[in-house]
Amino acid sequence: MTRLNVVDSDRCVGCQLCMFACNRRFGEGGLAKSAIRVKSAGGFERGFVVVACRACPDPPCMKVCPVDALKPRKGGGVVLKSSKCIGCGHCADACPVKAVFWDEEANKPNICVHCGYCVSYCPHEVLTLKEAETI
Amino acid sequence: MKLPTRVLYVDLKRHSFSVEDRSDLFQYYIGGAGVGINLLRENCPEGVNPLGPDNPIVFAVGPLVGLYPLASKTVAMFKSPLTGNLGESHAGGRSAVAIRSAGYGAIVIKGTSETPIYLAISDKDVKFRDASGIWGIASSITVGRIIRELETGAGTRTIMRIGLAGERLVRYASVITETYRHFGRLGLGTVFGSKRLKAITVSGNHGFEVSSRKQYRETYDDIYKRAVESPVMKKYHDIGTSSNIMPLNLQRGLPTMNLKVTTSPEAEHISGENLAEKYLGRRVACAHCPVACIHIAALREPYENEPYFYKTTMIPYDYELIYGLGSMLGVFDEKAMLHLIDHVEIWGLDAMSTGVVLAWATEAQEKGLITEVETLGLALKWGDADTYVKALEHIVKQPNDFYAALSFGVEYASERYGGADFALAFGGNEMPGYHTGPVGYIGYLTGARHSHLDGAGYSIDQAAFKDKLPDAKTSAAKLLKEEAWRQILSSLVVCFFARGIYDKDTVVKTLETAGHRITSEELDRIGLEILREKNQFKVREGFKPGKLRIPGRVFETASPLGKVDERYIRESMAEFYKLLNAN
Repeated sequence: MTRLNVVDSDRCVGCQLCMFACNRRFGEGGLAKSAIRVKSAGGFERGFVVVACRACPDPPCMKVCPVDALKPRKGGGVVLKSSKCIGCGHCADACPVKAVFWDEEANKPNICVHCGYCVSYCPHEVLTLKEAETI
Repeated sequence: MKLPTRVLYVDLKRHSFSVEDRSDLFQYYIGGAGVGINLLRENCPEGVNPLGPDNPIVFAVGPLVGLYPLASKTVAMFKSPLTGNLGESHAGGRSAVAIRSAGYGAIVIKGTSETPIYLAISDKDVKFRDASGIWGIASSITVGRIIRELETGAGTRTIMRIGLAGERLVRYASVITETYRHFGRLGLGTVFGSKRLKAITVSGNHGFEVSSRKQYRETYDDIYKRAVESPVMKKYHDIGTSSNIMPLNLQRGLPTMNLKVTTSPEAEHISGENLAEKYLGRRVACAHCPVACIHIAALREPYENEPYFYKTTMIPYDYELIYGLGSMLGVFDEKAMLHLIDHVEIWGLDAMSTGVVLAWATEAQEKGLITEVETLGLALKWGDADTYVKALEHIVKQPNDFYAALSFGVEYASERYGGADFALAFGGNEMPGYHTGPVGYIGYLTGARHSHLDGAGYSIDQAAFKDKLPDAKTSAAKLLKEEAWRQILSSLVVCFFARGIYDKDTVVKTLETAGHRITSEELDRIGLEILREKNQFKVREGFKPGKLRIPGRVFETASPLGKVDERYIRESMAEFYKLLNAN
């Protein structure tokens, strides 16, 4: 199994093409459904931070889900069972790196599935997809 | 299918807002410049004081924003306090995506607030925040830092703000967004200041549907591939716009020391290549742009009074800033030039106008039109950046009549103190950095924004370096055609650097996926129509094309195409307006 990996955020120019790519998986524009975020490290003069799911082997987001909508993903991270989700937002609160984003319209979390679609649209070699380490 | 057709109307006097669907405008004029000029006409009564409550600020984006790469510009329209007619300025950063994500295609801001405020606009509401506590903060950078902590939306918001120059109504004050992008020209920052509007943040979470998912992804991939493989894009990524300094200097087309000369053996110091090698600290991109043309120098300097104590300042540089605050002022020490740029950023001034104003003042002092009585003891001298930094503060704070005159722009200052022949403004707007030949100037004169970007006349000159210069009428026709097409690009709000990628077929295709059906013939017609409407607005506000002043300096200093011929320019201008106004 593969997982998304931020290789070098110092190369990041803040173009956010990864965010748009993630959203495009759902066949629409904008950023509403994106599961990755690039923000400045306190202003553009300080460079950028790439906030992405770390594919935790023991995911804190999953542990707080009251309805078992999040299941462990092989290789780390979680898979969302959307029909079960009640939109309580506990998962987003629990994520220590704040990588669970929110789709306001659907009132459900945007969960990274580590597909690597964003990687193919990063022109500056910030992101890669790598084999998940086995524990 | 959802085109961005909602318009947010904000009333700063009543602290109220309303939303209206304006599909009528967006379906015909697309967005950006086309919708912007129409919202300006609707909301700006004839003859209003540009600094009064009735002058609206219009921001408009377009249907490709958030869908396709390089469609990331916001068009601002207002009545310009610098020229007294059309104010139009474009900026990128995250502004366009933020406005569309908040659910809007355009924002119209009217009225004047009684007390200083800033606006926090989201997809849920509009907050009118008390800005009394941040009014008077001189630095646009500090304002950004404060608001960043106060508001939500990190990563997807825009923070537009002004420095002290806007508050003090310097007629060419800019609005800064995302620290390094600007609504630079024609005084949008001044209009913000007149409304006691210190800043605007916009953020939201809306997604945008497309007509066909498959076609959308295919078209996207085609554009993306062309963008990352294009040599033009590579040039702007590697060195940035400042890669044009050395070619212009070599061609003898780089305005230097108020256009007394057009080249300098020292230009290499301020070249993009030298800056990249010694100072480039970071590249930054607008939202959805793979190019990242924004180049930022890391300037490390010691504090004077303390050993081993340093600060590192991140300072953006671009071709026009280097021209305005470097060559135009004879400042070829790159560190000194970066300093000057930094101060212009902090105060929130337009770099080109500031450079031209200071260049005129330097020559006026040289010629004895003004003395140290007017300058308050400053001896303005080519290359003396420290003195220019002091003069900047005076322009912003205007301690006497002379600096007040400078704060009105070079046209006004030269009317007061003389020296019109070397006051380098066209249509009231200070010139950009191209002395390439006659067509560049025809562009500055006839362009709706008096900008090199209107019809790109300089590129017609540059093509003539190898070939022959077209006759005056042909040049006029070429300029008009280009400027009309650029109305379409700035209605889609596509960056002009991507004009080679967004050809007519691509535009039609992308618009179709965005839910907007249009033919390429219609695009041509609407482009020209938008340009006419912009010119009609200008004429309504007192613009007289027949009375445009051309500073004598332009004819004295040889261009790469030899001495510029006034008859050629006048003939071409007459033809331009004839074609523009023809049915």
